[in-house]
Amino acid sequence: MKVSLTGSLRSAAGGIDSIDIVAEDIRELLTKVLERYPRMEEHMDTGIAVSINGEIYRDNWRKKIPQDAEVFLLPRLQGG
Amino acid sequence: MAHDTSFTNQNFKVVGTRVNRPDGMDKVTGRAKYGADLSAPGQLVGLFLRSPHAHARITKIDTSRAEKLSGVKAVITSADLPDLTNGAQLDVLENCMARDRALYDGHAVAAVAAIDQQTAKKALKLIKVSYEILPHVTDVDEAMKPGAPIIKDNIFTSGVDPKPKKPSNISKVSEFGHGDIDAGFKAADVIIEKSYKTEQTHQGYIEPHACLATVGPDGSGELWVTTQGHYTYRTACAALLGMDIAKLKVTSSEIGGGFGGKTHVWVEPIALALSRKANRPVKIVMTRDEVFRATGPTCSTSMDIKIGARKDGTITAASSVLRYQNGAFPATWAMLGAMTSWACYDLKNVHSIGYDVLCNRPKTAAYRAPSAPMAAFGVESTMDLVAAEIGMNPVEFRIKNAAKEGTRASYGPTYGPIGIGPTLEAAKNHPHMKAKLGKNQGRGMACGFWFNFGGQTCVDLNIGSDGTVNLALGTVDVGGARASMSLIAAEELGIPYEQVKANVADTSSLGHNDTTEGSRGTFSSGMATIFAARDAIEELRKRAAMMWDIPVEAVEWAEGEASAVGSEHGNLPALSLADIAKRAASTGGPIAGHNEVVADGAGVSFASHICDIEVDPETGGTKVIRYTVIQDAGKAIHPDYVEGQFQGGAAQGIGWALNEEYIYGDDGRLQNSGFLDYRIPVCSDLPFIDTEILEIPNPNHPYGIRGVGETSIVPPLAAIGNALSNAAGVRMDHTPMSPPRILKAIEEANG
Repeated sequence: MKVSLTGSLRSAAGGIDSIDIVAEDIRELLTKVLERYPRMEEHMDTGIAVSINGEIYRDNWRKKIPQDAEVFLLPRLQGG
Repeated sequence: MAHDTSFTNQNFKVVGTRVNRPDGMDKVTGRAKYGADLSAPGQLVGLFLRSPHAHARITKIDTSRAEKLSGVKAVITSADLPDLTNGAQLDVLENCMARDRALYDGHAVAAVAAIDQQTAKKALKLIKVSYEILPHVTDVDEAMKPGAPIIKDNIFTSGVDPKPKKPSNISKVSEFGHGDIDAGFKAADVIIEKSYKTEQTHQGYIEPHACLATVGPDGSGELWVTTQGHYTYRTACAALLGMDIAKLKVTSSEIGGGFGGKTHVWVEPIALALSRKANRPVKIVMTRDEVFRATGPTCSTSMDIKIGARKDGTITAASSVLRYQNGAFPATWAMLGAMTSWACYDLKNVHSIGYDVLCNRPKTAAYRAPSAPMAAFGVESTMDLVAAEIGMNPVEFRIKNAAKEGTRASYGPTYGPIGIGPTLEAAKNHPHMKAKLGKNQGRGMACGFWFNFGGQTCVDLNIGSDGTVNLALGTVDVGGARASMSLIAAEELGIPYEQVKANVADTSSLGHNDTTEGSRGTFSSGMATIFAARDAIEELRKRAAMMWDIPVEAVEWAEGEASAVGSEHGNLPALSLADIAKRAASTGGPIAGHNEVVADGAGVSFASHICDIEVDPETGGTKVIRYTVIQDAGKAIHPDYVEGQFQGGAAQGIGWALNEEYIYGDDGRLQNSGFLDYRIPVCSDLPFIDTEILEIPNPNHPYGIRGVGETSIVPPLAAIGNALSNAAGVRMDHTPMSPPRILKAIEEANG
């Protein structure tokens, strides 16, 4: 599965804009990303959102990821 | 249990009606209790001593004389607070109380609790602070220059590779986009590039921050406070003061406006710390001066926008460089600006980069769709310039380039069903667009985007023995939560709206709820209320089955009553909610429904605004003469409130566009910390703001709800700038577009 990186997450992965990862759900995805790119930890602390087929998930580890899904890792959003 | 949250396109009976708001009577008669309205026996008055310097090293604080003053019960400096050095909450605590350095004019350096206001004021005068004044910087462009005073030695730019070794005022760099931006600009027939600035504004909520804090000798505490998120305040205060979360009960008062400014703690941890030290309740009510100087306004910005287009109106490339002044503590507002700047459009080649920058100004906070209005000012102003250059109607130009379902958003993901196209079509066909303009009048329009989000939410629904229903909500009612959730509960249960009473529960009565921000209240609590009501209906069916002594499968719930179905039981008379509730004690006890959810899949939101403005060419004075907001709500649960959100956002955006700004002197001190000199619009400044609600259902919510609270503040800055350009023939590139700036532009244009 191709996972696209956006914003400052790219620099935490050495400047690349996408990575290939096999993961069934958000928890597994984030765990594997952190294993591969330890510098992601600072972003994990402030929060990372996962976009699956255009829908943004902020906290839901249980969310399943279809293998053909469009997946983006985004910085966590704030609102007013 | 996970529920299916898909949109079901059900027909509504109660949802969508304009029922009376449940808090209306209390608010107009003065019975509603706000942050400053609660008192406790023996309470003390808490006051702050604040830095008169923009940037200074605190070499010594002598509180001894204040502590000896009769009537003073506690004095606090940073030395009395936990040392959170290297902790995640350090910035939050340091903003509440300066440590070794005062980082902005108004930064708290000490606080006192005394038996009355006069004594507290006298005590403040007895505290002696020794400062070593340091160089300061309050302008974002200046703060980025080499040699600028470094605000914080522990900030190293993140988002760049390799990680820098020297501290910087640029706390974060964030890039977004896709395609080949250089090739895109090469393919353009027309390229417009322009720079813009926006000045810092405050949310301008009428109710200042206020709280009543009580901490007992056993370490348990209570906090009554005006806030958008009492659970978040509880978590923050407990972490900052080393308290157990479960031992701190936070109750949210009515809120007199927040708009993002009441999502962070400011004085509350200090009120608790003073109470803990004094062993007495402590009440703090900020003055307006303090609210301006020491809470969280939005950023000032500086930006460069570039758009390339072909003569047929197709945008071939777009780029933005955004520099956001975040105050003295790191934030991610430029990142959000970079994410939102091009979100309205379908762009093959797009790039945005945001620089989050520290300055000697107050910590910035969210302000309704945070960061998006400033970026939209630059983008939407430049859109009009490009449209004019290629000779295309600006609405048609936007329609041609509007994002749609399947468009890859400039910030990454692919959109589902969205409303930018429909809002633009509605704007094009709106009577406002065809209305005649008078002398010195001009019309402009602009678009706006905001993400919306969901988050942790929890709802309890309790049925009384008379069949009335109590809803316990955890999202603070900033814009109609009690009315909207009552409508949803009534819809699900099939009972009249008047039979439901919703309350915002305190933190000890309900599970954690995220702050009411990000336009999440109706989306998230709406989802939880639907499933809590359905949970209660399951229980009601069981109780009816027990009362009839028939299988539960033979009981249906509709129109607010249980009916037995099938040839065997179909002749039984229906049981109303009240009938079943009356027998609750005999059939299993209290009847309730509950739901906790992480609400995800909030639908993104778009708006198009139209503005007519009149300019006095001799003075530069302006008058907004007509204004229309068109926005996608997904589903308007209570249309009055939705329209109110549209109007409120537009009104705040108009103030931001025309008048509001933080003005700093050369000494780095704020010059206009009051409503006389910082002018927000009043009713006489505004026309009636017309609204049109579009309903493009969010596929991820059973009712199709999207958030509505923020997007309406995004387009006004640019809509007004575009209208001004058409009225006076000058393109304004700096907000506020105040009379002196407009007059100067007119005079320069006239040579």
